[in-house]
Amino acid sequence: MLEFLQYQFMQNAFIAAILVSIACGVVGTYVVIKKIVFISGGISHAAFGGIGLGYLLGINPVLSAIPFSVVSAVLMGSLGKKVELSEDAAIGILWSVGMALGIIFINLSPGYAPDLFSYLFGSILTVPYQDLLIMLVLDLIILGTVGLFHREFTAISFDEEFAEVMGVPSQLIYIILLALVALSVVVLIKAVGIILIIALLTIPAAISRQFTHHIPRLMMTSVILGVILTSMGLWLSYLFNLASGATIVLVLGAAFFISAILKKIWYN
Amino acid sequence: MCNVVNMEGVYYKLKDHYILENVNLTIKKNDFMALIGPNGGGKTTLLKLILGLLNPDKGNIEVLGMPPGKSKNIGYLPQKSTYQSNFPISVLEVVLMGRYKQLLKGYNKDDMKSALDSLKKVEMLHLKNQQIEKLSGGQLQRVFIARALSRNPELLLLDEPTASIDPHFQGKFYEILSKLRKKMAVVMVSHDIGVVSSYVDSIACLNQKIYCHGPVEESVEGLEKAYKCPIDLIAHGFPHRVLREHE
Repeated sequence: MLEFLQYQFMQNAFIAAILVSIACGVVGTYVVIKKIVFISGGISHAAFGGIGLGYLLGINPVLSAIPFSVVSAVLMGSLGKKVELSEDAAIGILWSVGMALGIIFINLSPGYAPDLFSYLFGSILTVPYQDLLIMLVLDLIILGTVGLFHREFTAISFDEEFAEVMGVPSQLIYIILLALVALSVVVLIKAVGIILIIALLTIPAAISRQFTHHIPRLMMTSVILGVILTSMGLWLSYLFNLASGATIVLVLGAAFFISAILKKIWYN
Repeated sequence: MCNVVNMEGVYYKLKDHYILENVNLTIKKNDFMALIGPNGGGKTTLLKLILGLLNPDKGNIEVLGMPPGKSKNIGYLPQKSTYQSNFPISVLEVVLMGRYKQLLKGYNKDDMKSALDSLKKVEMLHLKNQQIEKLSGGQLQRVFIARALSRNPELLLLDEPTASIDPHFQGKFYEILSKLRKKMAVVMVSHDIGVVSSYVDSIACLNQKIYCHGPVEESVEGLEKAYKCPIDLIAHGFPHRVLREHE
């Protein structure tokens, strides 16, 4: 069963799966408990603009996606409060505008965009070494930021108004949290692609959420679940020659349903 | 300067509708004040202005000698918390949030001690490790009261604190407050005019404007103006008993 790990590209894919799981376990926990799934979906789709920009400028699209998705995260977090606009409307606008920009940027770039599909649907089997390094650095930034601000993240997730009264700069902290979502989106792009990112940000944490009520434990279980489930998806996609991103998401979805049924059986 | 809260000519409007009009209010050290008035009269808005969560359209507010929102030495019990009831957090962790200091500063032994003391006061110490989603509404309210107390604030703002807590604890709660008021100013929004009037020493009636502001006995007339109907003040027990006959 493990012979597939002898290939260099499989080893890279496995390392990518671990790096991806760290981002989605830690940030995904906040995405689930603060209920910002929709805004995270918006940020991940808007990141496509950054991918297109990379093609246009002739640089690694993963690099150009970093500033692009962070800026769109900040806009989504603050636009709703500055303009008289509900947050979900702001998300909808930036979601589609970001994607449209990406398409136009790619139109404008010379030649054909050969691996465009890998950004949309993921291709964890072809993650280049340089992208692994970028993912590692982003993971470290995410872990460091959560280490510094976990009290504030928890406080604003639980009760934003009370946090504000206690002196938590809640608007700033919220935007930092969305920026972390943006960074984890970038970590995840290569693995499952923009369209399927939201699955990795929500499913591992949603499974763990059913069995633990302790935030650090929630993060730990989500990371471990992420590693197990993405590697399983990777292995299945190799075995049956299926698209890796979609297989990973289907494995995650199946795991969620099984866990929900198990929980019903255990607790009743 | 020695006033805990100073409000002068405060106006607050939502769209074109004035919620508060020309509100003047002072709260002194060790005041124990009930803020009463009909629904929609602006009570919660007034508290939020003091907390700096809302900004007045006109007028001046000073809290503990500072602009609202600057002083963090305030304990607050929200009326309807925006909290998530199924949030993965324990009772003790919720109370510790009341001890929040600033960015990058963790909780120390003093914070822990104060949080545990507050939980003991509201008789919830035995449930300190319980997840909040397993608590009843009344127990949760007691946890939030402990969260407000844990700060040992100079000003304690309570928005309908006795809502959803059982009569046994209600008595205990007023007992806690009468001890606390020696150390801090307490403002309490309430609909329980009868019960409240036997504990507090002043009442402010609010319905867009402040109708009265003073000792309990003198406030009955203002109450009627604020509520626009006759009010019976029936208090059971010591120290105040204010009874008015039906006309």
